[in-house]
Amino acid sequence: MIGLSHYLTVAAILFVTGILGIFINRKNVIVILMSIELMLLAVNINLVAFSAHLGDLVGQVFTLFVLTVAAAEAAIGLAILVCFFRNSGTIAVEDINVMKG
Amino acid sequence: MAFSVLAFYFFAVTAVTSGLLVVVARNPVHSVLWLILAFFSAAGLFVLLGAEFVAMLMLIVYVGAVAVLFLFVVMMLDVDFAKLKVGMAAYLPVGLLIGVVLLVQLGFAFDAWETSELAMSQRAAITPPAGAVENTAALGMLIYTKYVFLFQSAGLILLVAMIGAIVLTLRKRVGVKRQDVLAQMGRDPSTAIELKDIKPGQGI
Repeated sequence: MIGLSHYLTVAAILFVTGILGIFINRKNVIVILMSIELMLLAVNINLVAFSAHLGDLVGQVFTLFVLTVAAAEAAIGLAILVCFFRNSGTIAVEDINVMKG
Repeated sequence: MAFSVLAFYFFAVTAVTSGLLVVVARNPVHSVLWLILAFFSAAGLFVLLGAEFVAMLMLIVYVGAVAVLFLFVVMMLDVDFAKLKVGMAAYLPVGLLIGVVLLVQLGFAFDAWETSELAMSQRAAITPPAGAVENTAALGMLIYTKYVFLFQSAGLILLVAMIGAIVLTLRKRVGVKRQDVLAQMGRDPSTAIELKDIKPGQGI
């Protein structure tokens, strides 16, 4: 029987995969953005799994909002990336040091 | 019952595998395609959980919009992706270490965690019994009444993101000839036409 813990396990593995992706693709902004999308997907799976487990629809409502924010974040992130690539001709993270932060 | 168990394991294994391949794929285009597969299998998991609306929204928003956006950017940028992969092996041990530590921590948390007795009485919006109201209708009744302001602000976020993306990527190029509609419409025959009286046997 498939219970809540099965879904939580899948979500946990996907979340950790996203973090791993951020660590091992430290130079490629596009893959880092994709890793963030993976982490948000894991969060969504958690929300929907708890929603189904408790019989509470609010989890699915919040999934919609996470989805909205994820879409907005991807659009803005990629726009900044395209803008930066036009100006500097690179997307390597280590070259993004204009502000000396 | 056996079918849903089988379907869960199929979707779960596909989601985890394609998630891993997103991270380790050499070619970013392949990464995007694996990401699409991960979204598809997550949508399958949502259908198994009885959240059809979220599953379909997932496909439309992520596969239809976000993944295609990624695909366009990956294909449009002229980047040497092989150079960005250099040093990946150096970061792999520390990444794996942090990943394993985090996974073990999450495992401990899930192991010790149990639902409170109060949880069932504190539900904000109880799911209607299956068969009475469809998932989409039930969600609609909730979003448009109780969460209408959150829904509106989600729309506002998307509007701001859209305007921001347009403002960021729109550029005025110099030295490109464009159609100037006002100048076109402002022309009249007195300035647009020039009459020359050409003598026979001579050029202009």
